[in-house]
Amino acid sequence: MILIYADHDRGELDPLALQVVSAARGLDADVHALIVGPNAEKCIDDLASAGVLTVHHGTNAAIDDYTPRANASAVVTVMDRLEPRAVLAAGTPRGSEVLAHVASIKDLPLVTECSEIALTGPGTAEVTRARWGGNLLERSEVSADVLLATAQAHAFAVSEDAGDAQVEAFDVPVTDADLEVSIVERTGAAETGVGLAEAKVVISGGRGMDGPEAFGMLEELADILGGAVGCSRVVTAAGWRPHAEQVGQTGTKVAPDLYIAFGISGATQHIAGCKSAKTLIAVNTDGQAPIMTHADYAVVDNLHTLLPVLIEKARAAQGA
Amino acid sequence: MDICVCIKRYPSLGSAIMLTDDGMAIDTDKLGFTLSPHEECAVEAAVQLKEEHGGTVTLISMGPEGVEEQIREQFAIGADRAIWIRSDSTDIDPQAAAKAIGDAIEADETAFDLILLGSESADNANAQTGVRLAHRLGRPVATAIKGMTIADGVATCERAVGTMREVYRVRLPAVVTVKDGLNIPRYPSVPGRIKARKKPIDEVAADLDGARIQLKGLTAPIRESKGAQALGAGDEAADALVDVMKQIGVLS
Repeated sequence: MILIYADHDRGELDPLALQVVSAARGLDADVHALIVGPNAEKCIDDLASAGVLTVHHGTNAAIDDYTPRANASAVVTVMDRLEPRAVLAAGTPRGSEVLAHVASIKDLPLVTECSEIALTGPGTAEVTRARWGGNLLERSEVSADVLLATAQAHAFAVSEDAGDAQVEAFDVPVTDADLEVSIVERTGAAETGVGLAEAKVVISGGRGMDGPEAFGMLEELADILGGAVGCSRVVTAAGWRPHAEQVGQTGTKVAPDLYIAFGISGATQHIAGCKSAKTLIAVNTDGQAPIMTHADYAVVDNLHTLLPVLIEKARAAQGA
Repeated sequence: MDICVCIKRYPSLGSAIMLTDDGMAIDTDKLGFTLSPHEECAVEAAVQLKEEHGGTVTLISMGPEGVEEQIREQFAIGADRAIWIRSDSTDIDPQAAAKAIGDAIEADETAFDLILLGSESADNANAQTGVRLAHRLGRPVATAIKGMTIADGVATCERAVGTMREVYRVRLPAVVTVKDGLNIPRYPSVPGRIKARKKPIDEVAADLDGARIQLKGLTAPIRESKGAQALGAGDEAADALVDVMKQIGVLS
């Protein structure tokens, strides 16, 4: 039996939870899911339609929003009762946080960001996981009676299965320490304009932009194409653009239809964030820059003279 | 306020990754070394808190000889002293690493109010050492934090989710793991570099438990050049780019 920890935010199931169900079904048909907190009814339906046989719904009057350690306590409760062979979660900040708490409580190893998982024997498993933001793959053997793992986003395709799931409600046992850290507030505005992570077109600038001024031209081009502006780490470290626009291993990972890299050399830190783009265009004065090996189309030219012309022609084409 | 920051020495990869012949490690022969952006932000945050509240900043790093280079760099930013847990490698099982760091923190005479780590390491990205350390020390923990203020013994921590922020409050003493974007790390000053030479590094031996995650091998996903199609330059390139945009369907 495989247990998955399914996260939700105020009743909205984490879409990656369905991919985790697929990962679990690849190991064993007997898949149980755990969901914690109020407003989980719709999530339970969603999990059933992905092939989960039993959904354990843990509640406690003291849990009204995401509370990492209380959620871990719920996982441990179900683990102790059902003795699953593996517990899986999504490779998100919450998924790895909850399983890290579980791993600490149960003194078990935890493997994160797995793209392949195989149970190879009693107490052993083999996984493939990402290192260096996916620039390197690690194959490892894990020794544990219960495998704890998070699944890399988009490594497992969602499978449909219009089944019904049995729902088992239970009380989550919590201590004061379990309840100490939880979401107390949400701030910030909802997304305005096109969000970088979901954008179909990303127009990015790097060191070759020579300062914050030329980014105005990237904004213009992004506007015409209905896209978002991105940048490399050099740019945020210099304070030219806000960190929210950084594409890369320690920034946002994007997967647009079109990615244009203006004046970006192509360090692994940056490639980790843009390698999923369907089409990549590199504009650089250096035809030998590493970004060129990742590009579908290359323009070896000065971006400062190219951009005004390109904007004019793109605007004319859009208006035509 | 006494703050401890865990840092790690990483090879600066640049644009290509070369593996050793046995495929078990990165060939670092021709590479320089650095910290990860997450950890640079953690040190910067600690130094800013010291400037605001007073106190000390202690660095902890595990690894073989060489890590002194990264420690001195961060001394130049404003950290005061360091604990070096000597080990053969930086590729350490996260369970064993958290235990060794916890042992070193408990053995130290400073009772740290705040322990900062990067949310995940740049290389192995196990994303769990901070949580394990918090359990080991019996302290609360907040992870993947991109905004932090401290007042009245409570760290108010923000995790970025899209353009929204989730706010967590964590009572000190606590463990917080942070992300790049928390701040813009400063560059070391010349006087900072001079002072850095004399700051103390205490060496302790690593007592590492057996690893339960055993590396079998590394592979670099095939990275043949896509064979980029050259679109020329100037007006010709601009026309060709507009054609490509039309083909993809992002321009009507």
